[in-house]
Amino acid sequence: MFSTALIVFREVLEASLIIGLVAAATRGIPGRGRWLGGGVLFGLLGSAFVALSMEQIARLADGVGQELFNACILGVAVLMLVWHTIWMSTHGQKLAADARSIAGDIRDGRRALSMLLVVVAVAVLREGAESVLFLYGVALSGSSSIGEMAMGALLGIAGGAAVGITLYLGLLRIPLRLFFTVTSLLVLLLAAGMAAQAARFLVQADLIPALASPLWDVSGVLPNQSALGTVLHGLIGYDASPSGIQVVFYIAVIVAITAGVKWAKRSSLATKIATNLPTPHTS
Amino acid sequence: MAQITRFFSFLLIALSISIHSLHAGEPELAIKLVIENHKFQPETIPVPANQKVKLIIENRDATPEEFESHSLNREKVIPGKSSVTIYVGPLKPGSYPFVGEFNQTTAKGVVVAK
Repeated sequence: MFSTALIVFREVLEASLIIGLVAAATRGIPGRGRWLGGGVLFGLLGSAFVALSMEQIARLADGVGQELFNACILGVAVLMLVWHTIWMSTHGQKLAADARSIAGDIRDGRRALSMLLVVVAVAVLREGAESVLFLYGVALSGSSSIGEMAMGALLGIAGGAAVGITLYLGLLRIPLRLFFTVTSLLVLLLAAGMAAQAARFLVQADLIPALASPLWDVSGVLPNQSALGTVLHGLIGYDASPSGIQVVFYIAVIVAITAGVKWAKRSSLATKIATNLPTPHTS
Repeated sequence: MAQITRFFSFLLIALSISIHSLHAGEPELAIKLVIENHKFQPETIPVPANQKVKLIIENRDATPEEFESHSLNREKVIPGKSSVTIYVGPLKPGSYPFVGEFNQTTAKGVVVAK
């Protein structure tokens, strides 16, 4: 039972950290609960579907279909996060400061949330599909009773969810002044980490070169499988021994988002000056 | 902005050069291993160092397994009764342990690069 709980916990943990972070980052946007819940629901349905068709997926593209699939859905999540971060850089502060003054932004807010629904759904789908496959294997091998297995799975899910909730509550304690800087930075690193993971899958499938494998190896200091390593992996894409191309993807996403944010801020400032509106903040 | 453009063009050039050299490379080495009764066979896999290797893993069990190795930086689900491909390396000489995550007590193995 405990080995079941442990494996399910590890799978749930990553998705849970992402949901915790996304929930914190969308603080103040009306209706976000429904969107995030929708993401979890779609993710769960999707993971059952993916688990069922894993054999077909694995057989695609000369046995590397799984890598292609993972890289694609990670790529979609990265695009959503990039867009979200750029959008939040001009709207976020306003949203959290005064939820009532944003009537005109609600449609925009909904668009931002639909992007994050996709991110949450993708996170749940990836980790959920692996949990379903694992539990299916346990059930099939008959090594433990169904009741024991269900208990283990529930314990694992509860444990994983607890970590995500802890992250969420911890983030909410950050003073509002710093809140958007911190959550935006975390979302940026989450996106970069996902891009690096996509790169790893493409290397594993031999579709892109590793450039250097590994570029460095600090698994003696902070191994991937340690508790801190696992949390950092889920949150900011920590990898003790990344290949060169993973680092290239990581940096490319950071550069893309930073450039996008700068551009968005400049153009929103230009609009304000042009229409001669008073600016509430100058930062 | 100019700096970013320069960075990306550098990136693209670097990528295209390396993809080019990749395809000009020597024929790849394929090694087969089998999962049966939640065990890898063989459990020790000797491979040449500094060369890319294609692992073909056949899962003869009815249950799915997940090939996972932190030192190889690889992770992949192998559905029951099917075969998948995983590329590893080029590796520096050394030992690279791996496990079947879904059956960690029995499914263990090591890639030894020489």
